[in-house]
Amino acid sequence: MLSCKQASELMSQEQDRRLSLTERLGLRLHVLICDACSNYRRQMGILRQACRRFGSGGTP
Amino acid sequence: MNPDRQAELDALRPDLLRFARLQLRDAGAAEDAVQETLLAALTGSKNFESRSSYKTWLISILRNKIVDIIRMQGREVPASSLAKDEEGDDALADTLFEPDGHWRPEVRPVRWADPEASFEQQQFWQVFEACLDHLPAKTARVFMMREILGLDTGEICKETGISTSNCWVVLHRARLALRACLEQRWFAGASA
Repeated sequence: MLSCKQASELMSQEQDRRLSLTERLGLRLHVLICDACSNYRRQMGILRQACRRFGSGGTP
Repeated sequence: MNPDRQAELDALRPDLLRFARLQLRDAGAAEDAVQETLLAALTGSKNFESRSSYKTWLISILRNKIVDIIRMQGREVPASSLAKDEEGDDALADTLFEPDGHWRPEVRPVRWADPEASFEQQQFWQVFEACLDHLPAKTARVFMMREILGLDTGEICKETGISTSNCWVVLHRARLALRACLEQRWFAGASA
């Protein structure tokens, strides 16, 4: 079973590379039972959106 | 060049300079990037419906100038200078995780309310910039090459002279720190 620390590493790396099947399954299982990491994963997406918006000059 | 356009350029210049400084962390290089952008803008004869679309266009030119400067600098900066930032790695992880790998209770990620609404607020972007600026210089550089300039990890490795796995470590550290900063300074208050 992944720890939150390990899960957070994978949640970062899935932004940069395709995870292996084992990694994906491990992560899916962890996120299913861990609210904090489930929030973290959503935040990785929000962070990416924010960076895109910022990088394209689309800020108010 | 009509006077309105000149006035708009003057008004947008501070934004451009801040954008370049944040990523280059070098006032001189940032100034160069902005100058070149303004030159390119002056010679371009496109018409824009609004200031925001004009800004978007300028930022896209500026992004390319920044990438050019980074590519030039990449050949000059020794890769070993990245190693210094990396010593902070365990310290950051220790402040966020228990020894058994669980989140520390005070920094457990909470749900962020309505990010789209935040994106519409200027104050959010001030916090966002402050959090980016807070990252260690080399970490910030790699992170912004990836997320703001949109380079892939292969190119980042090439330009910075670090290995792919090192690149992932640096990006991970940047995201941990940035997430924590945004939550603490913005979302924790906004969702309370």
